[in-house]
Amino acid sequence: MEEGKEKKEEKKEELKLIISVSPHIKDVISTSKIMLLVILALLPVTLEAIFLFKFDALQVILLSVISAVLTEAAINKMRRLPLTITDCSALLTGLLLALVLPPRVPFWIPLIGGFVAIALGKQIFGGLGYNIFNPALVARAILLLSWTKHMTRDFIPLPPIDTVSGATPLFVAKQARAGLISVNLAQYYKPLLLANSHGSLGEVSAFLLLLGGLFLIWQKIIDWRIPVSYIGTVLVFTYFLKGDPIFYILAGGLFLGAFFMATDYVTSPITRTGRVIFGIGCGIVTTLIRLYSGNPEAVNYSILFMNAWTPLIDRYIIPRKFGAVTK
Amino acid sequence: MVVLPLSQHVGAPCEPLIQVGDKVKAGQKVAESSAFCSAPIHSPVFGEVKAIEPHLTFTSAKVMSIVIAPFEEQQEERIVVPRDETELTPEVIREIVKEAGIVGLGGAAFPTHVKLSPPKEKPIDTVIINGCECEPYLTVDHRNLLEKPEKIIDGLKLIMKTVSAKQGYIAIEDNKPDAIETILKHCEKEVEIDVVALKTKYPQGAEKQLIKAILKREVPSGGLPFDVGALVQNVGTTIAISEAVREGKPLIERIITVSGQGIKEAKNLLVKIGTLARELIDFCGDVVGETGKIIFGGPMTGYALFTLDVPVVKGTSGIVVIPKKMTPELRDQIDLCIRCGRCVEACPSRIMPNFILDFTLAEKLDLVEKYGVLDCIECGCCGFVCPTKRPFVQLIRYAKGKILEEKKA
Repeated sequence: MEEGKEKKEEKKEELKLIISVSPHIKDVISTSKIMLLVILALLPVTLEAIFLFKFDALQVILLSVISAVLTEAAINKMRRLPLTITDCSALLTGLLLALVLPPRVPFWIPLIGGFVAIALGKQIFGGLGYNIFNPALVARAILLLSWTKHMTRDFIPLPPIDTVSGATPLFVAKQARAGLISVNLAQYYKPLLLANSHGSLGEVSAFLLLLGGLFLIWQKIIDWRIPVSYIGTVLVFTYFLKGDPIFYILAGGLFLGAFFMATDYVTSPITRTGRVIFGIGCGIVTTLIRLYSGNPEAVNYSILFMNAWTPLIDRYIIPRKFGAVTK
Repeated sequence: MVVLPLSQHVGAPCEPLIQVGDKVKAGQKVAESSAFCSAPIHSPVFGEVKAIEPHLTFTSAKVMSIVIAPFEEQQEERIVVPRDETELTPEVIREIVKEAGIVGLGGAAFPTHVKLSPPKEKPIDTVIINGCECEPYLTVDHRNLLEKPEKIIDGLKLIMKTVSAKQGYIAIEDNKPDAIETILKHCEKEVEIDVVALKTKYPQGAEKQLIKAILKREVPSGGLPFDVGALVQNVGTTIAISEAVREGKPLIERIITVSGQGIKEAKNLLVKIGTLARELIDFCGDVVGETGKIIFGGPMTGYALFTLDVPVVKGTSGIVVIPKKMTPELRDQIDLCIRCGRCVEACPSRIMPNFILDFTLAEKLDLVEKYGVLDCIECGCCGFVCPTKRPFVQLIRYAKGKILEEKKA
């Protein structure tokens, strides 16, 4: 009897069970895994940028990433919160910022950019999940307004306009539209798709961006609705406004923006319908800015503009719940 | 030793009909309630009543229970049923089902005779037999479909007769082709019964989702299946109905899956109600490796046990042992939402778990209700897919409780 009791107690001892509320199994997905997959998807275009711009690109990427990650860590420390750099979101922001910078900017531009992206773009709102605007795009917008000369001219110039240094294909198109020069935009299709050295780091190849984007859609990391509605709207809208639709979807950071920036979870709508509205909105704003404003590039502002609409879209686009009685 | 909690079903708890020291036969009714929404309890063994005392159940609550010590030799008692088919009127069938103590065996444990008594103004045209396993890991329904096809079809016909439905369906997920084939073979001659193969997904076996998948009818928010003329019964329940009506067998045993990577040998067992979990775990060769959780029910909606001194009840469909390495780590903080939208995408009730969680944390219960928290079926999909592992189900239960409390007040 005595022995039996002991044995029973022994058994109880070895079974230390965890109790919690269901579900008791969870998907292996995590924030860091999502971020790393996005970084992986950006790797081909990053490598091509390094191949084309050599040390210039490497310097921009490294400084931007280091600055972003260090800023995140410093702010965590200041706020006495657990370190969030392990979720890899700051790493991704740093990389995305580098990809929207010209290759020949002075070293302090990516440094300031990384700081601005994390501090003013994200942490000031409370960190990942709370920011209203895409951090990398906030940084780019601020850099563009503060150091316009560097941000618009530190490209490798593109003929035929050698009077202005740092022309990009979109700048050329703008000049052509204004009737200042005449140029056949179709000649840029191939370089834009495969190897364009006249633009930001992330504009070197629309094809590689598309590849990365499709990878993320396949991995169910991003929703296809945003890039498809965004790029589709630019295509159709540009066509109706008598622009060259193929040139305009390949040029500028459209693919980078549509696949990697507009799909940012935090700053885009959460519902399927909301995402389509968001994508169409981005497309309309991009096309309008490109064709009718003084700015050659528009992806940056259009996404920031739609970011501001996201809370409103999420407020009004609510899925019809199961069994809701339709009136 | 068998332990019979007096409340194993949705509805009023039972009162014991016996006293400590009484000898009871297997199948003898030992507890019942005069309330309509309740189900009597029968002794699963021939033995002596040792105690009537509070005992731990799988929800970690103590429930008044009858403890019976079985004798070496067993004797069985059956309920009286008519032998003549013409005597089996809907009323008689309902009475037999009630007397047999049958409740929904899929997990909800709702008294079956109540389900078989829909209000007059809501006629039922279709009966669906749910053979879609309610949760991953569980294979009870699959076993039943393979082993007792005649009883399933007989039970279905009895249910259809009771509620005067014209059409019957047997729903099976498409990852069980053997079960589909077996059932098809057995209902070749049944014109009013169809077998439907459904996509294998969770929660396909949830009542409202199942009705939608088969009949394309949506049970209105806050409503019940009879609002759309449908009645759903689990395969196990259907078998129990057939056995009660044809053989006079009360619900004293059921099939249980013992599974999970943490058990030596996964098995489906025919188990007497009241058997302690410890015995089942031992019978399957005990746990192996470091155990994380032992779950009563399935991994998505089940209850984690802290002790194995807990009896199997009528609604227990499985015991799942999850090893330590597969157990999600416990968190003492709630991570931020990264707004990925996975929970919204996954929700079968199509509500927005992300907002419900945020508003619950902010104690804004009016908004929580507006966003449809009461439509939540607690399937756990949102909690499963969330990359930051937010505690959806916990907070949804909290919010539901608060809202219902306020409504009562």
